[in-house]
This record gives sequence, C-alpha cells and structure tokens, in this order.
Amino acid sequence: MKSTSTRASSGTSRPRASASEALPSPAGLSRALLVSLLLVVGLAAQAASAPELRGGVFEPPRAAPDFSLKGTNGAEFKLSSYRGKVVALAFGYTHCPSVCPTTLAFLAEARRKLAAAGADFQVVYVTVDPERDTAQQLKGFLASFDPTFVGATGTPQQLAGVRKDYGITVSDKIFVETLPKSSYFLDHSSFIYLIDRGGRIREMMPYGVSADDMEHDVKMLLAK
Amino acid sequence: MTTHQLLRRGLWALLAIAAVCVPAWAAFAPIHSDSRELTYEIPKGTFARRQAGEKFDLIPSEIRLTIGVQDVLVMKNHDVVPHLFGPVLIMPDQSFRLPFRKASTYIFTCPLHTSGLLTIVVDPEPELGWTRLRWRTAAAAQRAAAL
Repeated sequence: MKSTSTRASSGTSRPRASASEALPSPAGLSRALLVSLLLVVGLAAQAASAPELRGGVFEPPRAAPDFSLKGTNGAEFKLSSYRGKVVALAFGYTHCPSVCPTTLAFLAEARRKLAAAGADFQVVYVTVDPERDTAQQLKGFLASFDPTFVGATGTPQQLAGVRKDYGITVSDKIFVETLPKSSYFLDHSSFIYLIDRGGRIREMMPYGVSADDMEHDVKMLLAK
Repeated sequence: MTTHQLLRRGLWALLAIAAVCVPAWAAFAPIHSDSRELTYEIPKGTFARRQAGEKFDLIPSEIRLTIGVQDVLVMKNHDVVPHLFGPVLIMPDQSFRLPFRKASTYIFTCPLHTSGLLTIVVDPEPELGWTRLRWRTAAAAQRAAAL
C-alpha cells in the first residue's frame, strides 16, 4: 500500500501536514479569536488609561539649549552637567514679591513629595536681575526653600542670550514712587520648563499649577 | 372617538413628552465634545509677512475654554523660524499642547499683542441641572448663529 500521508524530502524529516491538520478546529479558532479580542481590549484599555503629562507638552521635544553661567557655589554652571536628571528650569529674581516665592515653594513641596525619587530631580533658577542677584544672594534665597536648589547668574548679555534661547521675557525696571530707586520690580515669564534626563525640553508648567501636578509629571519623566 | 381626534391626542402627547424630555436631557446628559482641543496655527510665511511690515494678530488676546468641553490649547508652528506664541517659544514644525485642569483666569506675557498679555479664561464644567441647560442653550444658539 502506498502511503500518501507523509513524504520525507531530502535533508528534512519534517512531515507534511494533512489538510485537516493545517486548519484549526472550531474550538481552536474560537480560542484564538478570544485571545485576540482580549489582547485588543487590553491594549485599548491601556491606551485609554495611559497617564498623560499634565503640563504643556512640546512635540517633538527639542534639545534644551546649553548655557554656561556663574553658579551659586561660585563655580561655573553648565546646564548640560545635569544630564541624567530631570531639571525644572525657572527664571526669576530674588526681590520678586510673589511669583518667584510661590513657584519655588511649590517646587520644594513637589520635591518633598517625590521623596527618594527627588534625588534625580534638580531645580535650576536663573536670575533675570543680575544687578542685584549675586551668586551669594541667590544661594541664600534658594536655600530658604530647599538647599538642593541651584541658581545661576551672569552678565546682562549672557543672561539675555539665555532668555532668548528659552523665549523668556522680562520687562524694564518698574519703579514705585514711595520706594527707593534700588527697590525696583520686574515683570518676567513665570512658567517652568521641565527638561528630561536626555536634556530635551519636554514640557512647560504654567504658573499656578499644583505641587501634585508637578510631582506627577516629574515622576513620569523620571520613569522614562 | 374619530381617527382625527386620536391623531391629535397622540401628537399632543408626543409634544408633552418632548417638552419634558428635551430640557431634562439638556440639563442632565453628560457633555460630549468631538475634540477638546482649540488649535491655533502659525502659517508658513508669517515671519516673512511681518518682516515686510504687515501687521496682524495670530491669536486673540483673550481665549475662552471650558473644563470638560474644550480645555486643551494647541499651538502649532508651521513657519520656518521659531515663534513666541503666547507664553512659549515654539520651534518650526513643533506643536505645543497645554491642557487646563482648573477653572481660572491665566495671564501670560505675549509679545504678539499690543497689551503684551494673553489672557486665557477657563470656565468650570457646566454643572448638572439649570447651569448645564443654560450652557447647552447658549451653545446651540451660538451654533445656529454661525450657520
């Protein structure tokens, strides 16, 4: 009797499947369909519930322009030296009556909430008022919020260059009649940039966001 | 009772049901929005037009959003140079998506406007009941006026 079920070809011992073996059984087909359906539903659910960054997100993110200024420790400050950490980059001045203290207070709160993960979160504060904000002045001011915060200052030209790269605006000096000339105010951009571990500007946090939102987004960026 | 009378009664009954159900739906149904994004774009050639002395506004000085309805501001730069658009610097072919989660008035510096400011008013999500009914009526009137 001639066998028609298998025929070994040269160099291989794999038997050729019969037509009934090649087609899955109805039960197998149902199982495969069920698994596919569950997979699709699972993926859809994951996509729907995927957490989103809560700040203003840039797409695609661009590399954060590097800059070299004078740091609060008296040495040269380079933004790129914080690669590997998530950086919150804020601009302001130590005589700011409300916006800067509020911003720095909520950044300090966010860092406290991050607990151990906060070790990889760095707050960088660049002055818009080099006339009054010496490295020493910045250091004392920042330490009152969190001793890990670092500041940077420089010449007016250097700082103007940094502001241009980041789209930061600052007004001319605003004088108040009842105060001495040295007690001027400045209007400045009040948002914070969040820079990821790879040195890319991922998002902008507008003034007024909560410490919870900041903590949430920093955690997401730290996880990536 | 004649067929005509029956029809009239049926019609009145339908109208009475609609008079109750439609406002009830408007007051209590969840708000659905096709897109929660409000998008503004900087077209290609904007910088060149400005350089040529043309004056125009790319974005209004006041933008209104509503939580749960339209609460995400999107800005896109299609030009060949970076633009300060509202509060941020946006690179060519880059977009910026800013969601709002809290009703408030946000004021940003914005060199595009003569006042130097961009105000974004974010209204709370219309509450169930009378507020939502009024909101839906106003939205419908706005849509009708736009036609």
